[in-house]
Amino acid sequence: MDHLAFDIAHLLAGGLVLVSFILLYQDRLYSLLNIYAIHAMVLAASVAWQARIQNAPHLYITALIALGFKAFIIPLALRRIVARLGIHREIETVVGIGPTMLAGMALVALSMVVMLKVTPGETPLAREDLAFALGVVLLGLLIMVTRRNAVSQVVGFMSLENGLVLAATGAKGMPLVVEISFAFSILIAFIVIGIFLFRIRERFDTVDIGALDRFRGEER
Amino acid sequence: MSFFAPLDPVSALLIIPLAAAALLAVLPGYRLGAVINVIAAFLTLCAAALLFVAGRPAPGPYLLIDDLNVVFIALNSFVGFTTSVFSATYIAHELEIGRLTPRYLRFYHAMYQVLMFAMTLALMANNIGLMWVAIEIATLTTVIMVGLYRTHEALEAAWKYFILGSVGIALALFGTILVYVAAEPVIGEGIESMVWTSLIAQVAKLDPALLNVAFVFLLLGYGTKVGLAPLHAWLPDAHAEGPTPISAVLSGLLLNVALYAVLRFKILMAANTAVVAPGPLMVSMGLTSAVFAAFMLYRRRDIKRMFAYSSIEHMGIITFAFGMGGPLANFAGLLHMTMHSLTKSGIFFTVGHIAQIKGTQRIADIGGLTETHPWLGWGLVLGVVAIAGLPPLGIFTSEFLVVTSTFARAPLLAVILAFAILVAFAALLLRLNGLAFGEARGSTAPAEASYLPMFAHLGLVLAAGIYLPGPLVAWFQHVSSLLG
Repeated sequence: MDHLAFDIAHLLAGGLVLVSFILLYQDRLYSLLNIYAIHAMVLAASVAWQARIQNAPHLYITALIALGFKAFIIPLALRRIVARLGIHREIETVVGIGPTMLAGMALVALSMVVMLKVTPGETPLAREDLAFALGVVLLGLLIMVTRRNAVSQVVGFMSLENGLVLAATGAKGMPLVVEISFAFSILIAFIVIGIFLFRIRERFDTVDIGALDRFRGEER
Repeated sequence: MSFFAPLDPVSALLIIPLAAAALLAVLPGYRLGAVINVIAAFLTLCAAALLFVAGRPAPGPYLLIDDLNVVFIALNSFVGFTTSVFSATYIAHELEIGRLTPRYLRFYHAMYQVLMFAMTLALMANNIGLMWVAIEIATLTTVIMVGLYRTHEALEAAWKYFILGSVGIALALFGTILVYVAAEPVIGEGIESMVWTSLIAQVAKLDPALLNVAFVFLLLGYGTKVGLAPLHAWLPDAHAEGPTPISAVLSGLLLNVALYAVLRFKILMAANTAVVAPGPLMVSMGLTSAVFAAFMLYRRRDIKRMFAYSSIEHMGIITFAFGMGGPLANFAGLLHMTMHSLTKSGIFFTVGHIAQIKGTQRIADIGGLTETHPWLGWGLVLGVVAIAGLPPLGIFTSEFLVVTSTFARAPLLAVILAFAILVAFAALLLRLNGLAFGEARGSTAPAEASYLPMFAHLGLVLAAGIYLPGPLVAWFQHVSSLLG
């Protein structure tokens, strides 16, 4: 394989992990959304590069979805929601930044160890891609469990989903990738519309998931 | 004959719910909607019945009909039909008391058919990517239905279900991608590497290490949707806060569909001898769920929530049985799955009417049902006795089979399982005592209930407990041998 092509793919996939780390310690909603937009842009670049080196023009559609929908429309919509709900001040994290970063590093190390070990037969490109993708997925999960705020949980989920798209495009010639990324976009749109339509803020006077516990059917 | 060609049962099973959904979305009038819903569900049931007699199409890249999924499809359409009958009565009452508006009902009926479509598609999918998409659609529709009442509790339940369900779905997709990556060097690029029938033919040549990791993701991902123990948190809320017909469909069908996805991959993994056996993973998750849910049954104050925990327990037992594997345990698992679907949806039909009459789901506010509402009261007694696993009802047979088949191979596990079953049994009967007997509590307004679906289900469970017809046994035995 062409060295330069591999290096660029590697750089972009690694960049996605790096941006995931940056997402991990954002403590303001607006900056979280900005970094997420960058996350989606890096993903779009990575997918477009994969489309080029794999000669798979349909992947450009996935890249376009990532760029237009995830990097612009969704962050802008979420910004508006955040502004409307008046929750732009800050987000509390359940665990401190230090332990979270350490946990994040451990997760990325874990995904490297696991994925590189089980894929000796694959091309280097696919191996690295899967390892990075698993790292992004696990970091996304970490973001979701360390946040209590509905909007930042959604951002965590979306970054997780970016990891999945990275994995799917890295798997050479995988069918249905465009359909799957489209299905995921619908899912995300649903979540965003859900926050907005269900007006979790108005209903509960907070978008803090912790406060929702109060309404559980069984609390005395 | 060419006129009937597009109406073969396979495409009919997909086209009927889709067409009905489109029709229901545009038609005003909830009465008409309810009727069309029932008719569409009935037609789907007929199409499913035709699957047994009509010749099966050869498996294509997207759809597959084999002996395994026919069982699931038949069960799915049957419970889908009875639930639609129950739903018609239930929904009329909700409209009367103003909990739902006609506009929401239109939406509800359309969504019901979309859900039936998605579940059937997931069961018929021969393509692991398509199966994933179908389960995602089913998740989305149920999320919307759970939040239908738009109360605090309903929204919280829907949100929780949404987040946990999405994470589960995401993990399952990662597992699906890994299966493709493992298959691609052997089967080649493109759609063939995602087709289940070509995967199973070549699976012995696939990289076992990659399949190991893939199965962990698939089990965790689809296991979330089955409601297995560490990932079950969404299930009680979703059952308690959504409309009761949806609780019945969730417990009776959607959990099965997710389990079916796990089973498909289990068969795949079992066919490659170098892969770590998938059974023990399923056994431990199933056992944990059963024990955990059995204890959780004690502190429940909400009647629908209690039966939701009972669903977790039974899904645990079923997963356990399939994890043990072998002809007998698989047979027991299949039988238990069928019996649980019928019983649990039957119970939810009863509970739905009871909660409507009493105007509450709190166990403490419901009492003496056998006196005030003999039909509903005794229906509940029959249902709970069945779900608790007392003879002569069907669940006794299947639980007995699960436990005895385990005793022969892993006595310690069987002891733990039997313990969990007994703990759950005691909890259910304890609550039943207050609900059905003793002093009457709550409203004693006459019931406007549809007894037919409820007693049809419970009657079938009773009949199966007393006598299982030979052809059915032979069929289940055949399917059990496929499950490995």
